[in-house]
Amino acid sequence: MVEIFKGGIPVIDTLDRWYEEFKLEGYGAMIPFIGIVRPDNEIEGLSFDLYLPMLNEWFKKWDNLDDAKIMMAHSFGDVMVGETSFLCAVFTKHRSEGFKYLEEFVEDFKANAPIWKYDLIRGKRVFAKDRAKQLKGAGLLS
Amino acid sequence: MIVVEFLGPIKKESIEVDVSSIKELKEILNKDDELKNWLKVSAVAVNDKIINDINYKLNDGDRVAILPPVCGG
Repeated sequence: MVEIFKGGIPVIDTLDRWYEEFKLEGYGAMIPFIGIVRPDNEIEGLSFDLYLPMLNEWFKKWDNLDDAKIMMAHSFGDVMVGETSFLCAVFTKHRSEGFKYLEEFVEDFKANAPIWKYDLIRGKRVFAKDRAKQLKGAGLLS
Repeated sequence: MIVVEFLGPIKKESIEVDVSSIKELKEILNKDDELKNWLKVSAVAVNDKIINDINYKLNDGDRVAILPPVCGG
């Protein structure tokens, strides 16, 4: 299951918790990715809507790998500049498949996870249309 | 009856409609001009699975979700 946090994710605590959970499971590599909200265009932060049933469904195929364990956390609601809205870590026996899985996982996440991003500008949510990607099958009802 | 939920930035409350196919639903939803624009770029899920077939049949109690363009992270 995807871990969900209201607001910014507690990065070090979460990574430490995952590390402790899997450090004796035979994985020689833990490769984290920590997303950080940038102050682009003077935004105060970002805000997120999630659709949990489909997010967990999407994650299932990444949760069932034979040779890797992937952990993921995402925020909902407001996340301020400098905070973290997306955190994941890949555990593998060797580092090479770990780096590969991390790249594939984050690419798939960006393309398919049912999550909507808004810029926070003067306290208001503005849909980040320019960064949003259409899902496969978009326009079926057009 | 089926329930249609509008996700993310589509600022619309969910609605109940009496339709038996995606095609029928398309007719109804396109009557709303604002929604029409969202539909051009949105995917459709039935009971949390994205569908690609305009002829997909809907059953009583099905939940439809309209998914605008995404941006996780």
